[in-house]
Parts: sequence; C-alpha cells; structure tokens
Amino acid sequence: MDQVPETNASTTLERLLPGQAPVLTPGHTLETITDKIVSIVLRRPVTLGWVGGFALFFGLMNVLLFAMAYLFFRGVGIWGINIPVGWGFAIVNFVWWVGIGHAGTLISAILLLLKQGWRNSINRFAEAMTLFAVACAGIFPLIHTGRPWLAYWLFPYPNTMGVWPQFRSPLLWDVFAVSTYATISALFWFVGLIPDLATFRDTATNPVAKTVYGLLAMGWRGSARHWKRYESAYLLLAGLATPLVLSVHTVVSFDFAVSILPGWHTTVFPPYFVAGAIYSGFAMVLVLAIPIRRFYGVQDMMTLRHLDNAAKVMLGTGLIVAYGYSMEAFYAYYSGNAYELFVLKNRMLGPLAWSYWCLIIFNVLIPQVLWIRKVRLNPGMLFGTSLVILFGMWLERFVIVVTSLHRDFLPSSWGMYVATRWDYAVFAGTLGLFFSAMFLFVRLMPMITIFEMRMLLPQAKLSEEVAAHD
Amino acid sequence: MTDQVLHGVVAEFTTPDGLVIACKKARAAGYSRMDAYTPYPLEEAAEAIGFTKTQVPLLTLIGGILGGLSGYLLQYWVHVLAYPMNVGGRPLHSWPSFIIITFEMTILFAGITAVVGMLTLNGLPQPYHPIFNHPRFTAASRDRFFLCIEAADPRFELEKTTRFLQATDAIDVAEVAD
Repeated sequence: MDQVPETNASTTLERLLPGQAPVLTPGHTLETITDKIVSIVLRRPVTLGWVGGFALFFGLMNVLLFAMAYLFFRGVGIWGINIPVGWGFAIVNFVWWVGIGHAGTLISAILLLLKQGWRNSINRFAEAMTLFAVACAGIFPLIHTGRPWLAYWLFPYPNTMGVWPQFRSPLLWDVFAVSTYATISALFWFVGLIPDLATFRDTATNPVAKTVYGLLAMGWRGSARHWKRYESAYLLLAGLATPLVLSVHTVVSFDFAVSILPGWHTTVFPPYFVAGAIYSGFAMVLVLAIPIRRFYGVQDMMTLRHLDNAAKVMLGTGLIVAYGYSMEAFYAYYSGNAYELFVLKNRMLGPLAWSYWCLIIFNVLIPQVLWIRKVRLNPGMLFGTSLVILFGMWLERFVIVVTSLHRDFLPSSWGMYVATRWDYAVFAGTLGLFFSAMFLFVRLMPMITIFEMRMLLPQAKLSEEVAAHD
Repeated sequence: MTDQVLHGVVAEFTTPDGLVIACKKARAAGYSRMDAYTPYPLEEAAEAIGFTKTQVPLLTLIGGILGGLSGYLLQYWVHVLAYPMNVGGRPLHSWPSFIIITFEMTILFAGITAVVGMLTLNGLPQPYHPIFNHPRFTAASRDRFFLCIEAADPRFELEKTTRFLQATDAIDVAEVAD
C-alpha cells in the first residue's frame, strides 16, 4: 500500500488533533449518509479491480477445496504431523483464525457497552470479519480429526453406539465455545443488518435486489415499538457477547494450559491468549479497513481517528502479550522445574529458535513504532505494521504448539516438524476463503451500519426543550 | 378512498422534534392506537406513544436460565447416570469441569431467545403491512419520520384526526388504505 493521499480539508484538522477530531466528518445529513453507503452496493459499477481481487482470492479458495479433497482421500499423513508433533499447522491456524475473529466482537459488543461512538462505522465489517474468520477456524479442527465425516460424534446425541462425549475434556469445551461463538456472532451480525436491509429494500430499483433484500429485511418498517424491542435485544446480545468473547479464547488456551506439558501448563495462558487474539484481530481490522476506506472513498466515515484508536488498542494489547512472553520465561526459570527450563532453553536456542526470535521481533519490537503518532496517522505504515503483527501472532501459535511438542520428556521420543506443501496449501486456501468472502460482503451488504451512523448526527438528537418535557 | 377500508391517517415529519411533539400531543388528545416510524432508534418516540416496557429482557433471562440448567443437567446425566466413567480417579460429579459448557449453553440459549423473542414480539417476518401503502413511506428508512393514528382507535374520526395532525409540524398528512 502506498501512502493514501488525504485531500479532505477536515483531515488536516485530524492530523493536528486526532483525539478531538469528529468520528464523522461534519456536513453530513441523514440523506447523504444513507446515499453514500447505499450507493456503494446499489449504484457503483463492478470495477476491474474488484473482479481481479476477487478472482485471485477465489482461485486461492479453490486451492483449499483441492487440498481438502486430497486430504480426505489420503488422510492426514499428507501433512507434516507425526508423533511427537501431532498438532501442526491445523491447530496453529485454528487458534490464529479464532483470535482474529475476536476484534470484531470486541468492536461491536464491548465498545457498544462502553458507549464508544467511533465504533459505529467499523463494527459492521468487523463483525463480518469475525464471521468469516470463525468459519475459516472451524475448518481446521474438523479436517484435523482424520475422519471428518464422523465429526458429528463430537456433539452429545443419543446414539446406537451407546457412548457419550467426555465433557471433562477441554477439546469438547472448545466444540461448545466455538460453535456458540459462531452462532451468537451470526445472530449479532444479522440483527444489526435488518434495518439497513430495509433501507436497501426501499432504495433498490432492480426488482431482483428489491425482492432479495426485502425478504431478508423481513418486513422491517422502523416502528417505534419495534425499535424499542430491537435496541433492548441488541444491547442484551452485546452484554452476552462480551463475556462470551473473553471465554472463547480462554477455552482455546485451556486446550494447552489444562494439559501437563512443559511450556503449556501455565496460568498466564488465558489472559495472554485473549490479549493476543484482540491484538491480531485489530491488525486484521486495519488490514481490511485501510484499503476499503481508500477504494470506496469512505475516509469521511472511517477517519484517521479510527485508525489512531485501533493502533492504540494494538499497542496496549501488544504490551500485554509482551508481558505474557516475559512471564512465561520467568515462570520457567522460577519454577526450578528441569523440564520447564529445558523447554525455555530449547525455544530460545534449539532447532526452532529462528521462529522464537522472529516472533519477538515481529510481535514485540517492531510494533513499538506505534508509540509514534506520525505512524498511527499514516495509513500506509499502519498497514505494514499490521501485516507484521498478523505474521508475528501466527508465529506465536507456531512456537507454542511445535516447540513444546517436538522435544518430549525422553530424548528417545524427540522429533522434528516440517510442514509439507499440503499444510501451506490448506492455510493459503483459508486466506482465499476469508478474503473472497470479504470481497463479496462489501459488494452485497452495507459495510457501514447506516442507522447507527445516522445516530451520530447532531440533527438526529432531540432538541433539549423537547427532550426535557418528559 | 371512500369505499376502501382505512388503516389510518399518516403525518410526515422532517425532524425528530416534530415527530415527538406530535406523538405527545396525540397521546394527550386521548389517542392510543398509533405508531411512530423512524429511520433510527428514537427512544423518546416510543415513550411518547406510551410504549415504555419490553418483555425482551425477561425472555432472555428465562432463556439463559434454561440454557444453563440444560447444559449442567446434560453433563450430570451423562457422566453420573447414563455413562459413568472413572477418569484419573476424579469423582463422577466433577462439577468444576462442567462449568464451561454450562456457561456457553447459558449464553447460547439467552442469545437465541433474545433474537427470536424480539422478532416474535415484533411480529416479524411480516409479509404485508398497510403502512407501506403510503406513497412516500420508503423515506421512513432514509430521512423522514412518520406518525400513524390508526382507524382502529376508538377516538378516530377521519376529519377530526386529519385536522388534528395538520395542526402539528407535519409537512404532509395522508390517508392510508388497509
């Protein structure tokens, strides 16, 4: 990404006062907000750039289908996993994708409860990002089971075999946490869409679009009674999603922390997994938001203040993650446990030391540039930093999964892990699935929540005398 | 319009102030069967037409309690009654490890109840509603505010109600067929 030229006069103000800058550039009315967001989907012609980008990622998605077909045919032996490293890329990618989803829920639910008005223009596409990221994540544990056509055995249902799943296992907690998370995220996203779909229904001129958006809007008519129940349900969903999102990555960390493996068995895992999830998720939000605001000209709705705030969240969560790394090292040293000490030494100096030190550089050292305000207000540099963080967070999971497993308690059971081309193909394929879904999303759905943007307008509020009559 | 059944008289406003003042006046004049339509949530409008309480939170609470109970009882039933298995000498009723699924089921049931409850109470999905017969009602999802006093209201009298709405800040008052 090149540096984005900011020609708007108000952005100069933002450069000077990012904290006080309005979250919506002044001059908008109820009408212009609606028109601007609706026209991206209903009026704007499909550009060559969109077709090219979509074709690229759709092609990558087909790599996923091909790699999965071959996997089902041959079995997980085509991957680099073997005893002692039974959890390779599949689990690394699973944790990485679930983590990315977390920022979407944080933006839509937690920032809603904290009354952060700036979230209103980025929550919709961040929620879509969550949904697609969780879809990508869900693929991995399933195809990692070896016989994915029997994956429904994970769910408790009365069966002719007379057996039940083991509810004391963190792996089953994961099934419940991730499927609940996917369901609630989808509900939250869809409920948020209903009023905007009604706007689309009322604005569309194409009869097919009108019918489809009309069916999805379910007859929404903006009745005051409906809005009241709607707001109540939306707030309740936000309140439910807040502890849920914290619980999901906690449960994912339990997959490791509840085991007794050196390097996994620590109490610092749940908080530092959650912080890492938000860290990588905000990086993905920026990787998506920076091109979107440029190509669709929505810099007046996704302002530099949004980028600045997201960068600050990354800086904060990044420091928590860095604290997690140092505590992990301290625990190993302070425990006096020979195996813990060995894992620490092996991570830093063993055959996979490159991954540990790359992790420290990408996740701890480089992101410190976010202390500098110029970097936070420069979309190009933020984009680059976010990519570095995304890669660093992927490496973190690689270090946790692989370096703990490849040296067992007995040297006779030591092994090495090398990913095969099929490991890379499945991972690249999920990137294709994720980005092609995002490409479709920005063309088919309102990527900015129209009705919540209307609420940010000064003229949307009642004048004091009318409000005071109550 | 004379031989058609009437749904009500609809006034159109350009500002939230105009709508809320008209709603309050209509309520003071004794009208009860009416509805306001806004392009974004405007809580004052709901209050002004006398709609202050929703059942959604209560339903969600019930859904959450049922979800938590079903989650815990399922695990208890499986591990203590239906399929007891000794794992590492832990008691069969090892409640700490049942907490997480209980929590997730609470959230799942509460969330689904909140959404389904909201849609059901709102009567959605609804394929037909007479308010859409208003020629400019599409603006309700854009930038206009509407107040409809329904013909079913006991105090509704076509001419009187129309004159009443014309006396507000409305830019337009129209009859809407059922």
